[in-house]
Amino acid sequence: LAVIQGRMRVLVGVKRVVDYAVKVRVKPDKTGVITEGVQHSINPFDEIALEEAVKLKEKKQATEVVAFSMGGAKCQEVLRTALAKGADKAIHVEISDEDVSKLEPLHVARTLRKIIENDKFDIVFLGKQAIDDDASQTGSLLAGMLNWPQALYASKVETDGQSLKVTREIDGGLDTIKVSLPAVLSADLRLNEPRYATLPNIMKAKKKPLEKKSAKDLGVDLAPQTTVLEVSEPPVRQAGGFVDDVSTLITRLKEKGFVKA
Amino acid sequence: NQYSLQMLSSSLRSSALSTSVRGLLTASSAASKPRHDVEGRAPPPLNQLSEHELALRDTVKRFSHDVIKPLVRSMDDSSTMHESVIKGVFDNGFMGIEVQEKYQGPESSFFDAVLVIEELAKIDPSVSVFVDVQNTLVAPLILTLGTEEQKQKYLPRICHDWIGAFCLSEAGSGSDAFALKTVAKKDGDDFVISGSKLWITNAGYASFFLVFANAEPEKGYRGITCFLVDRNAEGVSVGKMEDKLGIRASSTCPVNFDGVRVHKSAILGEYGKGYKYAIECLNAGRIGIGAQMIGLAQGCFDVTVPYLQERKQFGSRLIDFQGMAFQVSEVGMEIEAARMLVYNAARMKEAGLSFVKEAAMAKLYSSIVASKATSKCVEWLRGVGFTKEFPVGKFYRDTNIDTIYEGTSNIQLNTISKLIDAECKAMDYTPPLTVALEADRYRV
Repeated sequence: LAVIQGRMRVLVGVKRVVDYAVKVRVKPDKTGVITEGVQHSINPFDEIALEEAVKLKEKKQATEVVAFSMGGAKCQEVLRTALAKGADKAIHVEISDEDVSKLEPLHVARTLRKIIENDKFDIVFLGKQAIDDDASQTGSLLAGMLNWPQALYASKVETDGQSLKVTREIDGGLDTIKVSLPAVLSADLRLNEPRYATLPNIMKAKKKPLEKKSAKDLGVDLAPQTTVLEVSEPPVRQAGGFVDDVSTLITRLKEKGFVKA
Repeated sequence: NQYSLQMLSSSLRSSALSTSVRGLLTASSAASKPRHDVEGRAPPPLNQLSEHELALRDTVKRFSHDVIKPLVRSMDDSSTMHESVIKGVFDNGFMGIEVQEKYQGPESSFFDAVLVIEELAKIDPSVSVFVDVQNTLVAPLILTLGTEEQKQKYLPRICHDWIGAFCLSEAGSGSDAFALKTVAKKDGDDFVISGSKLWITNAGYASFFLVFANAEPEKGYRGITCFLVDRNAEGVSVGKMEDKLGIRASSTCPVNFDGVRVHKSAILGEYGKGYKYAIECLNAGRIGIGAQMIGLAQGCFDVTVPYLQERKQFGSRLIDFQGMAFQVSEVGMEIEAARMLVYNAARMKEAGLSFVKEAAMAKLYSSIVASKATSKCVEWLRGVGFTKEFPVGKFYRDTNIDTIYEGTSNIQLNTISKLIDAECKAMDYTPPLTVALEADRYRV
C-alpha cells in the first residue's frame, strides 16, 4: 500500500484541566471547584487527539501539527508539553483569569473559527470532551460555524489524503463514516495511547515557536451565555445491604423494581 | 604492602582534599565567584524549577506510575529488571542525559539527571540506581575523557541501548579502593587484564565496563588506569547475581577478567591517572545517590501520610494525635532539608563551583534521613506496614544500601571533617590581640 504524500495541516485543541487523579473538592462558597494550588495537566482526550495528529505527520500524511490553547498564562505549560510531544508550533490565546472562569465552549469555538479563517487548516482535532466540564460541545459548534463535516468520538482514523475514513464509538456500537476535508474530528479514549514527552523532545520543544494572540485582537465576543447558580457535591453514596443467597437477592431486586416481577 | 597502600590512599585522599581546599581559595570556590543577579528579579529558590524541568519531572512521574509501579513487587521478588522498564528508560531519554546532540543525546543538564533519579526512586529505587550509574558515572567519564573515536562508539549507544558498569571494587578493596589487585599487563600495543571485580551494579545487563586496573603495581596507585572493555571481549565473564536485602531488581554481580586483551586505545583518559578519575567522578555520583535517597524517602512518606489521614482510632485520625503529628513534622522537615542539600550540590556543580564537601554532606545526610523516614513509616503504618502489601517495607530494605555504596557513611564523615579541618587552617584564625592580652593579665 503506497503512502500518499499528504499536505494536510492539523490544528489540535489542548485544554489545561484539573488532573484526573486529583480528588476534586467544591469551594466553600459553592461557586465552583477548588483549582488553586491543585495539580493541572492536559485534558486526557486532547492528548489522544494530539497523538493521532502527530502519528499522521509521522506517516507523512500531514505536514504540520499546530497546538492551540485558550486560557490564562498557565496554558503555556500545556502548550510546551504539546510541543514536546510532537506539535510543530503552538498558539496561545490568552485571556484574563476572570474570563477563564466564565469561558464557554461557544467562545472557544468562535476563537477557533477566527484562527482558521486567517490560517488554512485541513483538520481540527479536539478531545471528545474536557474532563472538567464534560461539555462535549466545542467540536460540534465549530463544525456548524464553519459548515465543515464532523466525525466525533473517533476510535480509528484513516486517510487517503483527500478524505477521512473514521470509525466512531457510539451507544449502539461502531459507526464508520467517510468525511471530506476539511473536517472537525474529536478523539475518544481508544483511538490510541499517547506517547510520553521524552527528554530529547522536551529539549527540542524549547526552540519551537509559541505565538500569543488575544481574544480582543481576534474580535471574539466573550460575553457569557450562562450563569453558574451553584456547584455542590453529589449526594453521599448510601451503603448497600447484604443478603444470604441468590434467591433473596432476586426477591429484593424485584421489590425495588429493578427486575420485572 | 597493604599498609603502604593504605598510607598512599590516605595521603592521596588528603592530596585530593588539598586540591579541594585550593578550590576554596581559587576561582572555583563559592566564596570567590559571586552570583550574577538579574535586574528587578529576586534570585529563585532552589526548589523552583524551570518549565522544562517541570515537564521532565512530569514525564518521569507518569512513566514511573504507568510502567514501573505495576512491576515493582514482581521485579523485587524475582530480582530482575523488566524489559519494558529498561526499554522505557532508554526510549524516554533518561539515559545519557548530558550527552550532546551530535552524539544523539538530549544535551541536557546534570540537574535534570538528578530530577530523573529522584522521581524514579519515589516508585522504585532499583530503577533509580540503574539510571543513576549510567548518568553520573559512566556517561560523564566518557564525555570528559573520551577520545573522539571512543565518544563516537559509546555515547550514542549509551543513550539508546547499551548499559555501562563501573568496575572499581574488589573482594579485598572497597573503601580502600586503590588497594585493588586487578592488573593490566603491557604486551606490545596491548594490555592484558586479569582480576575479579565484585559488587558491580548493572553488571547483569551491561554491554560494556569501565575497568580500573593497575598497569604498574610497583608504582602503587599511580599505575591505576581506566580501560573500556566490551562484554563480548574474550575472557570477560559476569558471575552469579547477588541475592540482596534491598534494591534487588538492580543486578549486582562479580565480573571476572581472565586474561582479557585490549588495545591501548581502550584506555580512557591518561595512562596511570585512573585513581584521579575515580575520585572525581564519584563526587558527582554522590549527588546522584543523594537524589535517589530523597526520592525514596519522599515516595515512602507519600504513601504513608494518606493512611494516617484515613485511619482512625479512639475517634480521631492518627495524624491528629499530637505525638504522631510531631513525628510526621520531623520527618517531613528532614526530607526537605536533605533535598535542599542535594539540589544545591547539583546547582553548585553546574555553576562550576567546588562541591566536594557539599556532595559528601548531601549523600550522608540523605542516607540518614531516608533511613529514619522509612523506619518511621513502617512504624506508623503499624500492622499493615509490616506486610508486603504495602510498599514501605521494600523502601525500608532499599534504604540500607545508601550507607554502603559510592563511599560508605564513614568515608563521607572522614571527607567532610578533613575538608572542614583544611578550611579552618586556610582561614588561619588567630585570636585578636586584646583577647591575648586579657588572657595574659589573668595568668598569675
